[in-house]
Amino acid sequence: MKTIYLDNNATTRVADEVFEAIRPFFSELYGNPSSMHSFGGNVAREVAVARSSMAELLGASPQEIVFTSGGTESDSTAILSALNTLPERREIVTTRVEHPAVLNLCKYLARSKGYTVRWLSVDKFGMLDMDEVKKSISENTAIVSIMWANNETGVIFPVEEISEIAASRGALMHTDAVQAVGKIPINLDRTNINFLSLSGHKLHAPKGIGALYIKKGTRFSPFMIGGHQEFSRRGGTENVPGIVGLGCAARVAMKNFEEENTRVKQMRDRLQTGLLERVSQARVNGHTDFRLPNTLNIGFEFVEGEAILLRMDDKGICASSGSACTSGSLEPSHVLRAMGVPFTAVHGSIRFSLSRYNTEDEIEFVIEETPKIIMVLRALSPFNLATINAACAVQ
Amino acid sequence: MWEYTEKVKDHFFNPRNVGAMSDADAVGEVGSLACGDALKLFLKVDPETEKIVDASFQTFGCGSAIASSSALTEMIKGKTIEEALKITNQDIANYLGGLPKEKMHCSVMGRDAFHAAVACYRGEKAPQEQAEGELVCECFGVTDEQIRRAIRENNLSTVQEVTDYTKAGGGCGLCHDKIERIIAEIKGEIRSLEPDRARPRKVMTNIQKIAKIQEVLDKEIRPSLQQDGGDVELIDLEGDVVKVALRGLCTSCPSSALTKSGIESKLRELVYPDLVVREVDE
Repeated sequence: MKTIYLDNNATTRVADEVFEAIRPFFSELYGNPSSMHSFGGNVAREVAVARSSMAELLGASPQEIVFTSGGTESDSTAILSALNTLPERREIVTTRVEHPAVLNLCKYLARSKGYTVRWLSVDKFGMLDMDEVKKSISENTAIVSIMWANNETGVIFPVEEISEIAASRGALMHTDAVQAVGKIPINLDRTNINFLSLSGHKLHAPKGIGALYIKKGTRFSPFMIGGHQEFSRRGGTENVPGIVGLGCAARVAMKNFEEENTRVKQMRDRLQTGLLERVSQARVNGHTDFRLPNTLNIGFEFVEGEAILLRMDDKGICASSGSACTSGSLEPSHVLRAMGVPFTAVHGSIRFSLSRYNTEDEIEFVIEETPKIIMVLRALSPFNLATINAACAVQ
Repeated sequence: MWEYTEKVKDHFFNPRNVGAMSDADAVGEVGSLACGDALKLFLKVDPETEKIVDASFQTFGCGSAIASSSALTEMIKGKTIEEALKITNQDIANYLGGLPKEKMHCSVMGRDAFHAAVACYRGEKAPQEQAEGELVCECFGVTDEQIRRAIRENNLSTVQEVTDYTKAGGGCGLCHDKIERIIAEIKGEIRSLEPDRARPRKVMTNIQKIAKIQEVLDKEIRPSLQQDGGDVELIDLEGDVVKVALRGLCTSCPSSALTKSGIESKLRELVYPDLVVREVDE
């Protein structure tokens, strides 16, 4: 059975170009970039090339890029650095729909370190209220941490605009751009964003490598304390194969940027239209305009997400769900709940996230198979539109 | 990804006895759309013998909820009501070759639906168990009676286990203390059979209390916390409020709320039962 991988917001395939670029750094090119000999120095040169490529993708300069182990480390580094360098400011502004890497860190800082966290809410489209954003950022805010694009719905936040507000109050701005990098235009030179987190494995580089952008002039306090690597901003011998891979992935992303926003977007739109046409009582979660080109989150009412995924898996289709039953916890997606998506649709929400490795044929297959799965499960379900309407009429 | 047995997968992909029964003699309904799973069970019963001649179901829920429902209908068909009432949630899980522990509540749902259907058949009001006991978990509408039964039938001893079996405590977490207390109570019932536990409680002076609390912390609690890289320090005692500070890894542990309630139940058990533990920053 062929695997149809529509879960690219979870992780992506390492691009062939990337894999080829990495390969020699596991074998013959194993030098330490810090060494004095040219055997190590040659490797240092490749790390510098990767840094330049990463900077170019972000519209930044190479000195502003620090390689890390991934999105979570970058997020922690940025937020903790801001709190350390602005010790008199005791507030954090973030949203209710952040990735756990930011969400749980902020909860921890509130619970155990006495910080006040201003949690920004979202509307039913998953969008922020800019008035609330303006009101929440104050002279007491140390850091504003707002994701560039949401991993579950693909909704894009106006982080560049928010960075202006943060700057005007003297607060630092961080954005978790793990889902956005390589998919939408980013030019950090023109913004007031101080920190940006990104992760390699979301853009066809390996797992275990990521980067943190630190704007020139931003005071910084390191998270990983050790050697002088990464301009003394992150101790530890460089993950050279990862860094080389991430640099290559950045170049591949620049090359394929157009395709991501045309062919991938068209396939996503075709999937959306195809499914909505064939399945009744289904709805798109998240704003359909301010959205990543590769992401589609659909709520199929009256059925449960894990059951849908199991049946999709049986057909080789990989996707994910905001249903409670797919995680170890019993709580459904905090993102969809923050958006006020009704329970009838939260439990049956499915996220499809595409990449340029998908084909039109695959999308047609999913449009063909998914409605059958929903029909089978709805036939099993004690709920349908009639039972729900009857229940509402009684109340 | 969950590790489901072949039997679970079989009952999920090929569910037996699916659908509403228009001429059912009894219907049992549990769960809700909000909770993420719901089961409606239909029975056809021979009035002479009280034998279940047919059973069918409709389920909204995950793979193991559907499989548990399907298994339940197969297990009860052909049995008399009396026989079938003896089926426990563990029997349903065993029939399926086991369920992941986080999914045990699916088997509990099956058992509950059958009991609801029997109550319906016997003309009792469908057992709205909510009415039977006190609501403990507001997120999932679970009462103390349901929790007690799950603890007794499955010999549960931690909040996490209670959550796995009943869902109680799986939402906001505000009821974890209450669940701890219920667990302690049930363990106490078992212990109260031992005579020396029943002796009257002596009135302690503050100094005695502090010394005893410190002793329990040092002997019973700190060693296990230290094993996990954490620690706890007694800061003060005000009335019945024990102020403690969590140290080391405990401070960053997402389950520190559990640690706190664990300390509390231990102190209540070994010092005296009115103690309340508060975490303070210093």
